[in-house]
Amino acid sequence: MTRLFTAVGAVVVSFFTHVGEVVVLAAETFSSIVMQKIRWRLFMNQIVEIGLRSQLVVVITGAFTGAVFAAQTFFQFNKLGMGSAVGAVVSVSICRELGPVLTALMVTGRVGASMSAEIGTMKVTEQIDALRSLAVHPIDYLVVPRALAMMVSMPLLVVECIGVGIAAGYFVAIGLLEVNGTYYMANMVRWTQMRDIIMGLSKAFCFAVLIVFISCHKGLTTREGAVGVGKATTEAVVDSSLAVLICNFFLTMALNIIFPAGYQ
Amino acid sequence: MTGSSRQRQSVVRTEPSVPKSAMIAVRDLTKSIGTQEILRGVDLDVLKGETLVIIGRSGGGKSVLLKHLVGLMLPDAGEIWIEGQNIIGLSERKLAEIRRKVGILFQGGALFDSMTVEENIAFPLREAGERDPKVIREQVNEMLDVIELDGQQDKMPVNLSGGMKKRVGLARSIIRRPHCVLYDEPTAGLDPVVSDSINRLIRRLQERYHVTSIVVTHDMKSAFHIADHIAYLHEGRIYFHGTQADLERSTDPLIQDFLLGRSEGIP
Repeated sequence: MTRLFTAVGAVVVSFFTHVGEVVVLAAETFSSIVMQKIRWRLFMNQIVEIGLRSQLVVVITGAFTGAVFAAQTFFQFNKLGMGSAVGAVVSVSICRELGPVLTALMVTGRVGASMSAEIGTMKVTEQIDALRSLAVHPIDYLVVPRALAMMVSMPLLVVECIGVGIAAGYFVAIGLLEVNGTYYMANMVRWTQMRDIIMGLSKAFCFAVLIVFISCHKGLTTREGAVGVGKATTEAVVDSSLAVLICNFFLTMALNIIFPAGYQ
Repeated sequence: MTGSSRQRQSVVRTEPSVPKSAMIAVRDLTKSIGTQEILRGVDLDVLKGETLVIIGRSGGGKSVLLKHLVGLMLPDAGEIWIEGQNIIGLSERKLAEIRRKVGILFQGGALFDSMTVEENIAFPLREAGERDPKVIREQVNEMLDVIELDGQQDKMPVNLSGGMKKRVGLARSIIRRPHCVLYDEPTAGLDPVVSDSINRLIRRLQERYHVTSIVVTHDMKSAFHIADHIAYLHEGRIYFHGTQADLERSTDPLIQDFLLGRSEGIP
């Protein structure tokens, strides 16, 4: 029994230590953004890496999610004679949930893993020590450009995912499933509000913060050579994905108070 | 409080036991990693302009000591004074001021692998706010000339040999003219000819820029080539500190074993 308590205690302590370190990293990064010079060239490189190079993945994710969601909703709703309500369901769901969550998961896999591996490799090959020895703070040089680029790119990627998802749903419903286009659009416009988009964008910003700090923290704390880099990369993706999914629930409950769902 | 007593207090705060001529002074430095005691009370003075070579067995804590000198590792106890300032307890940002005075050459060079040779060497200048491409190119070319790697500026680190990486790492660490340069095993893993060229380079830098140098090595040929003083780190303490002649004259069996490369009686 004592062993069980010790083991559980160790996991709990490790969890809170980890969370604490990520929070400290985030605080130091925001402090650096305000107090230190920002390296705009590195920021632009990261915008290209995170924003531009994630386009294809996000577009494909949005398109096929919107398409399949429209089809599944139609198959169920059509039995009740509500086929034209598909547009509203697809649109609101993609704005509030699917757009931000799926974009965050795809960005975690593509960008979070790459951030963690890149910074982790720099750590184990003494490049971060070299930065420090050259009087360059690793947070200023490595984390700030990535954090800023992520916080700018994620909302834009989510908007893109939402737009493509809604368009794909429209083409599947109207083009393949022969739903009445006028009613489809009317329902969609009636039920989709600005607050749904704001909720999606708020989530996008929160997920960007989670992904960038968890991934950079994993990279900065990498140990034990190539094996350590692999481990850090895997943990960055798993931890970021779980954080996104868990936080999404709490964000939904909290944001629904500010931006309640449904036609008002 | 009178003016003179205020002055006395300030003198006390700047540690009177550190000689004025010391570039770096280490006092009772201890460090454990896990359960292993690496440094057990190191005391060391490095005078301005001298080249001190720290020798000792592999895994004896030489590189750990070197990393402490630029604040890359934190000790468990002890003090490190650089040009009269104790660096222990300074924040990472305050340490940056100290690190501008001290360059370090890492064992593997630690070049930024996403940058060319030229970008690596120019990195400290750009970070210091130098934007004029002409000035940067001139200084990089001067460094390439010093390290005898003219014409290699467009190569990526992956395409360089071990010796070339160390030379580029050295150029990067001295381009902003630090007061002191630390070398971590500068000749490790290099053939004798390249090792000799690195030794000559260290000597040349010393003559040209009058920098204080601390070289960590277990290559005795290299040590004798470049050292003004030699310190022998053994079991986490400075066991010997003196000139090359003092070292060669020593009849201490431990030092003799190290100099002659004898392993008898060593576990």
